[in-house]
Amino acid sequence: MNAIALAAIGLFIFALGYRFYSKFVAEKIFRLDPNYVTPAHKYKDGVDFVPTNKFVLWGHHFTSVAGAAPILGPAIAVYWGWLPAVLWVVLGTVFAAGVHDFGTLVLSVRNKGQSVGTLAHRLIGQRGKVLFLFIILILVLMVNAVFAWVIANLFISFPASVIPVFIQIPLAIWIGYAVYKRNTKMLVPSLIALAIMYGTAIFSSQYEFLQIDLVRYMGGEEGAGLFGLGAISTAFFIWIIVLMIYVYIASTLPVWKLLQPRDFINSHQLIVGLGILYLGLLFTNPEITAPMTNPGADISWFPLLFITIACGAISGFHGLVSSGTSSKQLDKETDARFVGYLGAVGEGILALISIIAVITLFPDRDAFLATYSSFAASSGSGLGSFILGATQLATGLMIPAAVASTIVSVIVVSFAATTLDTSVRLMRYIISELGVEYKIPSLEKKHVATTIAVVASAALVLIPEGPNGFGSGGYLLWPLFGTSNQLLAGISLLLISIWLRQLGRSYVITIVPMIFLMFMTLWAMFQQVFLQWAWYAAAPNMLLFVFGAIIFVFALWIIITAIQVLASKDNSKLLGNEKIE
Amino acid sequence: MPITDNLKRLIKWYEAVLEHPHKTEIARELRAEDDLFLLMLYSEMLGIPNPAYYYTLELYPYMIEEFHDWHLRMGMEKSPLSGIRCC
Repeated sequence: MNAIALAAIGLFIFALGYRFYSKFVAEKIFRLDPNYVTPAHKYKDGVDFVPTNKFVLWGHHFTSVAGAAPILGPAIAVYWGWLPAVLWVVLGTVFAAGVHDFGTLVLSVRNKGQSVGTLAHRLIGQRGKVLFLFIILILVLMVNAVFAWVIANLFISFPASVIPVFIQIPLAIWIGYAVYKRNTKMLVPSLIALAIMYGTAIFSSQYEFLQIDLVRYMGGEEGAGLFGLGAISTAFFIWIIVLMIYVYIASTLPVWKLLQPRDFINSHQLIVGLGILYLGLLFTNPEITAPMTNPGADISWFPLLFITIACGAISGFHGLVSSGTSSKQLDKETDARFVGYLGAVGEGILALISIIAVITLFPDRDAFLATYSSFAASSGSGLGSFILGATQLATGLMIPAAVASTIVSVIVVSFAATTLDTSVRLMRYIISELGVEYKIPSLEKKHVATTIAVVASAALVLIPEGPNGFGSGGYLLWPLFGTSNQLLAGISLLLISIWLRQLGRSYVITIVPMIFLMFMTLWAMFQQVFLQWAWYAAAPNMLLFVFGAIIFVFALWIIITAIQVLASKDNSKLLGNEKIE
Repeated sequence: MPITDNLKRLIKWYEAVLEHPHKTEIARELRAEDDLFLLMLYSEMLGIPNPAYYYTLELYPYMIEEFHDWHLRMGMEKSPLSGIRCC
């Protein structure tokens, strides 16, 4: 099949979803009112509550939610063939993610712009708040571990990307200084920074001495590293330690010094990345060589596919952005459809092209199956395959392959590094909040909380052993990341369902995706935790078993709570629906 | 010149998207500084001795609106201090 045709079908379904389904949800279910006074107007303070033009808000919302996760998940999930992955991304975006992102935005707007965390607290009381904090804690811990592994893995596989990535740090600090202290316009400095980064990428891809290749320094893959470890294990160890030191410093700095200026550069990179991929697709016009389905898979796609692709099909993290910031800045309630639904569609578009990059990479079906030989193999090499696939598409734009692969890996690493920074910062806040909750004042201290966050994340990413030895098994945590993300989405969908039920409206559009998600999550976790990782199973792994079991219990808890709340006759005071004033 | 105009609009939109979080952050820092200033002016009302209180009280009419915004932001519907009666 032709890849352009597949992309066109996917984009067409997204367009139909936005044009018809989101319109139906907006008018018949949420019943958006253009005259409703949104929190942005009602509590206008010029800081958090600011009425914002819907196009600008969408741009901000989209750049906040899109990152490395919608690339990695689909790049792994094509192991089961391209059809299940494409179907889940397209239908998941239209019927689950769109409604979830849109719904959390509307729910928050009708509840004084409060976040889903606060609303969960009101719904299930104090226990609910702590439960929610723990789920987010596990989610951010997984994010830290997985993304540290992603970056270390890419630094080892694409050593030319190291210098351009590290040069982004002083450039970002310079932009931060210029913009915040000198009040310069940020578009020009951030474009200059991008040009310097890509200029460095061109040089480092041409000259070997500019490639920080730790494995080569230790005498190649068979060489000996430190502490009796192999070269690859040592390289993983060193990169993860370097990253953790970086993230410690980055996450304790004020956001304007490093995090936000990095985001300005990353916004350009998102556009460059999407541009390279979609234009490259048009110019190369590739055929899909990967199989439609993979009957020889060593592990069934059902239900694991639904947690392997979280971001890109549905992601609970979006609910945090929708209800945390976007809801406070919505000018009109009717804008929620554009910002929320189309934000999810934007991420779906990124996931779709990520699938296409991988399934057009290989010369034939056998070559695909040789790389994607098992689920573990595809998890380990999925991201590398995406970068090579994206490189192949970029050559259609006359970009040399070595330069293209360096630039694409720089883009992915930059996204992952920003996510890592944000996530360690979030983890620090949650640890402090738990310190308040359980009256442990030392946990409230910035450096104590950050140290705990960084050490726990480093330990989690270093412990699992992959085929390349110590530290290379970070991808084993990917299903756990997907699961905790889906759990969060499940809680948000539950809240929206309860709210709709309270208003006497149909809540089928949210309860069906919620049941689907919870069922898949529980089933997948049951398979992995009790049949794969438990001490009596074939491949026991106590660390993954413990984390998986915790997530499993949380998922059960949410389902029981959902049944309790939905079965009770009176829950009219749980969630608000502020009237027009 | 519709293409040039559209391009200009696109760049303007893109710049607005980039500047959005930046403006928020600047406003947040400014607000934190204003809160500190408010505390310095009226620390006496919270029991922190302030030798300049007699003089800072002169600023009361100018600060009352800001104080009202502050207590609303802190989740208090009415003024928590009996000394300041803004609402």
